[in-house]
Amino acid sequence: MTTSSIAVPTLVRTPLSTGAGARLKWAFADMLTITKRNLIAYTRIPEALFFSTVQPIMFVLLFTYVFGGAIHPPGGVPYVNYLMPGIFVQTVAFGSVSTSIGLAEDLQKGLIERFRALPMARSAVLAGRTSADLVRNVIVVIIVTAVGFAVGFRPSTGVLAYLGGLGIILLFAYALSWGFAFVGLSAANSETAQVMSFPLLFPLTFASSAFVPVSQMPSWLQGFATYQPVSVVVSACRGLMIGGPTATWVIQSLAWTIGFLVILTPLAVWRYRTRT
Amino acid sequence: MTDAIEAQDLKKVFSGKREVRALDGVSFAVEEGTVFGLLGPNGAGKTTAVRVLTTIIKPDSGMARVLSHDVTKEAGLVRSLIGLAGQYAAVDENLTGRENIDMVGRLNHLPKKAVTQRAVELLAQFDLTDAADRPLKTYSGGMRRRLDLAAALVARPTVLFLDEPTTGLDPQSRNDMWEVIEGLVEEGTTVLLTTQYLEEADRLASQLVVVDHGRVIAEGTPAALKANLGTTVLEVGLHDHDDASRATSVLAAVGSHTPNVNGNIVEVTVDNGPQAAMAALRSLDQQGIVPTAFTLREPSLDDVFLALTGRRAEAEEAEEENGVEPDPDTLNPAPSAEAESAPIPAETNPAGGRS
Repeated sequence: MTTSSIAVPTLVRTPLSTGAGARLKWAFADMLTITKRNLIAYTRIPEALFFSTVQPIMFVLLFTYVFGGAIHPPGGVPYVNYLMPGIFVQTVAFGSVSTSIGLAEDLQKGLIERFRALPMARSAVLAGRTSADLVRNVIVVIIVTAVGFAVGFRPSTGVLAYLGGLGIILLFAYALSWGFAFVGLSAANSETAQVMSFPLLFPLTFASSAFVPVSQMPSWLQGFATYQPVSVVVSACRGLMIGGPTATWVIQSLAWTIGFLVILTPLAVWRYRTRT
Repeated sequence: MTDAIEAQDLKKVFSGKREVRALDGVSFAVEEGTVFGLLGPNGAGKTTAVRVLTTIIKPDSGMARVLSHDVTKEAGLVRSLIGLAGQYAAVDENLTGRENIDMVGRLNHLPKKAVTQRAVELLAQFDLTDAADRPLKTYSGGMRRRLDLAAALVARPTVLFLDEPTTGLDPQSRNDMWEVIEGLVEEGTTVLLTTQYLEEADRLASQLVVVDHGRVIAEGTPAALKANLGTTVLEVGLHDHDDASRATSVLAAVGSHTPNVNGNIVEVTVDNGPQAAMAALRSLDQQGIVPTAFTLREPSLDDVFLALTGRRAEAEEAEEENGVEPDPDTLNPAPSAEAESAPIPAETNPAGGRS
């Protein structure tokens, strides 16, 4: 047996550097690799494409043409204008379930095992997943914008404010997907992940001001429905897209988003590290 | 002689609904440039050993080194030296073969150009060029395993871990996989292989350990293991219990071990198959016993287990909870006749296989 050169891999790797700068650079590169992988996968799973595109379209049509006539927004705003900010938030919130399903699937199929045995950044699996979901959400809000305009949605505050509204929604969705990353890593399989996710989402999206003015709800529900995070983000978007009180809702939205990130990111990372 | 992999007294307990001692003091050493086999039934602790050695999980106690680097203290370095391919074929089925290899190459921090080049090489080597740009969903089981192995090889690892590389494969795919592994070893790769198939360990491994309930119960070369076992198993089916018990005493004379009765089937390991078969038929005929079936076959893991522990290899860890470990010597199926030649007891292990 030869005793020499056992520790030298035969293919030249980019040198393993211990510097913090190099590590950060690699963590970013690894995140991009995983993000790319997840985005490719999305384009090849018909269910995921359906979930992200057809489902919001159906909600827009359902609420505009079926339920809309029975709902009277305050101040005589056309219902479609009232509805669209709610649809955006509901769509990205539902979409964040795919973060949990995706991670549960990776665990189930042994991909995370493989990743753990690779010299890649530990953070990349989660950061890559949440980033891919962010990219997907950007595409989704573009589609929903197009559908909204087709059914008569007319924002009245200008392009910049409108984009600001979308930005707030996307940031909020990004924060949420860290929470659902935690759910996915805690689930035994992708079906459980899905089952665990919806009970969290339904009260937040439907007991909110997304589709129906809070004033039309029973009084015991109004407190929760006004100040829970989904309603806050919806209100901020309404302000930015169709006018009305804005600043206070925007500040509250950002506060919720940052708060979620501060709590949920370390929680998901911890779950990833301790999951065996 | 250099050891590429060393494991010393590794212990790992999974607590859950039921406590499982996945590793209960496992030690072994793998010489550089060889294939080492971890042989055992489902739930024996083979995969846990691989997960510890590949830095996926930390052992509760004990020490493991790969190419002299501690798997817990220098995990990052170890990861850059090893490759892992598993029974679950850990590949992304939504990506194409090429995309999978690219991804693993990039995550190994290889330059983009080198990865592209390497992917072409590996896809050709594993006969996947035609399927390279199809999503893995469309691959057969054998193709997935090959792709999984190709991805594990992208950074030319010096040490390769293969967790049941052929479980569930058809004979042709299994044979192809064996040839690939043999080729890698010729090029100097060290391979640690887990398997449930004695035949596979025999074909590929130069050294092996038999694990059961998280412990090493035997170790040595496959030849030594089989020599102690008898090279062939003679299986005789009988009409009824009565015939079976009469046949047992007849077959005891031709076998290298005491026959084992399993319902109406009598099994005995023999050293020279055809000769023993002739002798067995003659004796059965003299006694007027007519067999319903008469088979010569290669010994299986089941036979090894029977010889070592006196019970069949089972997937369930029935005795795991109270930590009872059947002693290979006291539970030998032939305590009176065979006590002297108990098959390679682990005590002979120079590295101290048992605590």
